[in-house]
Amino acid sequence: MTIQHQVSDELLLDYATGVLSEGWRIAIATHLALCPQSRRRLALMEMAGGALVSDLAPQSSLPDEDRSWKALKQRLESAKAQGETPPSSRNPESALSIVLPEPLRSYVGGDVDSVKWRPLGRGAYHLPIAVEDKSTRVRLLRIPAGKPVPEHGHRGRELTLVLSGSFYDGDALFARGDLEEADEALQHQPVATEGEDCICLAVTDAPLKFRSWLVRAVQPILGI
Amino acid sequence: MEAFEQIFRAYAPRVRAFMLQRVRDPQVSEELMQETMVTIWRKAAQFDAAKGSPSAWIFTIARNLRIDSYRRSRQPDFDPNDPAFVPEAEPAADDAVETQDEEQRLHIALTGLPPEQHDLLKLAFFEEVSHSEIAERLGLPLGTVKSRIRLAFSKLRAALGDRP
Repeated sequence: MTIQHQVSDELLLDYATGVLSEGWRIAIATHLALCPQSRRRLALMEMAGGALVSDLAPQSSLPDEDRSWKALKQRLESAKAQGETPPSSRNPESALSIVLPEPLRSYVGGDVDSVKWRPLGRGAYHLPIAVEDKSTRVRLLRIPAGKPVPEHGHRGRELTLVLSGSFYDGDALFARGDLEEADEALQHQPVATEGEDCICLAVTDAPLKFRSWLVRAVQPILGI
Repeated sequence: MEAFEQIFRAYAPRVRAFMLQRVRDPQVSEELMQETMVTIWRKAAQFDAAKGSPSAWIFTIARNLRIDSYRRSRQPDFDPNDPAFVPEAEPAADDAVETQDEEQRLHIALTGLPPEQHDLLKLAFFEEVSHSEIAERLGLPLGTVKSRIRLAFSKLRAALGDRP
């Protein structure tokens, strides 16, 4: 199955160069787990990174390269014989039923059946996901079939990754593995498809928190 | 060990140069290069030359170590051994010669990119700046930076016969 809405080149490049912070990375990495085409694009970017490195002017060690090699050789000899752990084998039976791929599943602490959903009102639920990265807000959303995504004003960037069910945004259908990238310029109103609840991962810039009630009160007006 | 010495002689000066781009300090760069080489040595058995380009693999190891050296926050990644991981429908060409050929074609295409696209990729890979920081730094509209990135990679993909 081909994923229709893949991560954009600019965001994938940020992933490849390692600049994306934890919250955004969870969304992109989970999308990559579901989308072989995006992984192929990532592999090509990493190949480009490798080619750029090989084009760099070689920087030799001071005082000389031999000393650097000897130092390394010593380290290798003392570090030798560290057995590699074999990759864990796949369990094909459970593969179809798992809704949350890694790395998301570890963040949630299990698959969707273990999620303790919190009501958002109007039949929608969410689960905030704890991350070290304070610049983003990460959560799972469960939108009832046929209903719009609630409380949907957003500033800055928003990534939405569909994990089960699907939603329409205008004419575009987003299903499992599809990633929607939105910024403040995009006015959108995702609506879950009839027949099945839609579970997705939503990552947004964390809203700025102000202590003063006055600033908080005018925050929506000022749009900050 | 002799074979590894060849790898060291070929890659160490470039890995060191890559580290220097960001950390500036020669001693720290030397240490990070050594770490990279130790990791390559340890993981060599996991590397499959038929499935991936060696310079891309070495780049990812060097990149991860460089990031770890100054960033504490977690870097979550996908796990190919996860049962929920969706594998490729048709396995990639299982051929080291083909991979080497891909690497060469990509390199030629990369060299042939217009300077403004090539410079932008260098900035992204070497200085670790996001595309929005690149826009700020170069005083360009965000849309211009995005379209340069997209143009650059669609050319590189076309050179490998991928969907642009």
